[in-house]
Amino acid sequence: MVRWHRKAVVTSAALALVLAAGACSDSGGKQEEQKADAGSGNVATTPRIKVALITHSKAGDTFWDIVRRGAEAAAQKDNIELQYSSDPDGAAQANLVQTAIDSKVDGIAVTLNKPDAMMPNVKKAIAAGIPVTVLNGGLDTWKQSGAIGYFGQDERIAGEATGDKLKQLGAKKVLCIVHEQGNVSLEARCQGIKNKFGVVENLNVDGADQPGTQATITSKLQQDKSVDYLVGLNAGVTLTAVQAAKDAGSSAKIGSFDMSKEMAKAVKDGTVQFAVDQQPYLQGYLAIDAIWLSKTNGNSIGGGEATLTGPSFVEKSNIEAVEKFAAAGTR
Amino acid sequence: MASTIAAPADADDRVSARSIGARLLSRPEIGSLVGAAVILVFFLVTAEPFRDLNNAGTILYQASLIGVMAVPVSLLMIGGEFDLSAGVAVTTGGLTAGIFAYQFSVNVWVGMAVALVLALAIGLFNGWLLMRTGLPSFLVTLGTFFILQGLNVAVTRLTSGAVASNSISDMDGFTSAKALFASEFKLGGLTIKIIVVWWTVFVAIAAWMLLRTKIGNWIFAVGGDAASARAVGVPVKKVKIGLFMTVGFFAWFTGMQLLFVQNGVVQSGEGVGKEFLYIIAAVVGGCLLTGGYGSVVGGAVGALIFGMVQLGVVYAGWNPDWFKAFLGAMLLLATIVNLVVKNKADAR
Repeated sequence: MVRWHRKAVVTSAALALVLAAGACSDSGGKQEEQKADAGSGNVATTPRIKVALITHSKAGDTFWDIVRRGAEAAAQKDNIELQYSSDPDGAAQANLVQTAIDSKVDGIAVTLNKPDAMMPNVKKAIAAGIPVTVLNGGLDTWKQSGAIGYFGQDERIAGEATGDKLKQLGAKKVLCIVHEQGNVSLEARCQGIKNKFGVVENLNVDGADQPGTQATITSKLQQDKSVDYLVGLNAGVTLTAVQAAKDAGSSAKIGSFDMSKEMAKAVKDGTVQFAVDQQPYLQGYLAIDAIWLSKTNGNSIGGGEATLTGPSFVEKSNIEAVEKFAAAGTR
Repeated sequence: MASTIAAPADADDRVSARSIGARLLSRPEIGSLVGAAVILVFFLVTAEPFRDLNNAGTILYQASLIGVMAVPVSLLMIGGEFDLSAGVAVTTGGLTAGIFAYQFSVNVWVGMAVALVLALAIGLFNGWLLMRTGLPSFLVTLGTFFILQGLNVAVTRLTSGAVASNSISDMDGFTSAKALFASEFKLGGLTIKIIVVWWTVFVAIAAWMLLRTKIGNWIFAVGGDAASARAVGVPVKKVKIGLFMTVGFFAWFTGMQLLFVQNGVVQSGEGVGKEFLYIIAAVVGGCLLTGGYGSVVGGAVGALIFGMVQLGVVYAGWNPDWFKAFLGAMLLLATIVNLVVKNKADAR
């Protein structure tokens, strides 16, 4: 019995190897990956320092992966050891800031999307002489924390720009798809669209559950035929909405917030009309670089005001320029 | 913490005296203690900031965020039941206090009292429905979990127009309540958060109750075999409802901590998934999923393991992508150690 078993394993392993060797794909796959050209230049000669990047991301989120790539590119150039950590729970994220203080880091880049939970520890870090930069979230609160800079998008302004864009595109009724209940930034985006456009309805879906999201959007489109424009608040949800509109037989057009590889393709082939990009790579990069500049040359970026990294619209007219960076996972 | 049971005055020939070692080994929490020691040594070796005693305060705080709720959840699991609504009930507690105080412009303590009544009512409802229908607690509390999750977001939006409650940090009673739930003090170089002190107190009280009182015996009895317990006169219904209400009380307490540590604001979407962390802490601490066996101290050690691993990965400067995988492996290891030690002890 055992011997037969072993034979079977060996045979099937050999067979698999042969199959794999003889089954090379002529297109696609890793062989076509473009190497992102980040940090292949020289490294700064400044002393090596340790900087923590602390976000509220869930594990395995594309958007935050791009932020992290930007941060890592800056860290590599600036001779910085980057320690990344994240927790979607406010109290736990605040405790990560405490952990960074305990670890005696030389700088902290942090998201302030949950300012009430985060503020005490961010202030504590600054009091301990650690320079702090804020990225992505916390536009209204970063100044009172004493941070040296803010790099992100004003979600309301981004929403309003989107509202204007929708007017210009001649939309009549817009559905704003909120994929995370309780996220203030997402609410601000929909509110911004409402401010400029008016006829907006919010739809709550569970972003962690793609099939559920698709079904919810489909049923909404079947129930309300007057919707002629969908706006998803992240790339994944928008691409799900594309599928849902197909299922519902709806002719509604689709716009998106945030970019990804697939989103670049969708904009190129016209299934998505536009994507509002807040340039996450830039947020991560600048948040780390600003700490280095402050440490090595006493500089501050933004003149005491927020440095806005968005909104920048990615559409058919400019997709050519963006596409290859999106494919490399940096836009 | 292992309690030694005083030998009866005149030895009965049916019970032979066991050695201290054997008695220690048969404690439910011994496996988790061994696991905690191993993990502690592991991180002391690999993570440099872990060695700084002043950072122990951070780790204890991280552990207490789960540990406080692991106390009633351990008791409930020993009593043979689950509560999947425990995570969102914490958020409900914090939101209720904040929203009530803000909307009616009353003293923060009034809002807290209302939240406490509601939290106990949720526990009562869970327990009552369970006893009334005879459905498994898994299903009953799953229903409650969804109801509360929806109510958290819906009611918050209805009242504040947003998805977080309005800040109550400038209202009467906020400062005194904050001092009680979310202050900190220095102990040498150590910063101790008040919640850690509360956690210790709760663990001590619950452990004493479980091991030294009639109620503790009842909890073991209803978890072991409800029908037999009823036959010998244990008030099964009261005990189970009481256990769910205990979870309610602690959910309220943790919710208050959440409210005051976040400057009087609670995000309505939080707390989902936390219920499993409480259950995990209890299970790592030696509670059986089938009920009738476990310990409160074990649950506390389970929470400590969780906190140590969570922050140890960060202190060591590893890529946090690996954290969940590492955590899963740790939990399996801890539970297997539990099982081995338990079997060894039973064999003696």
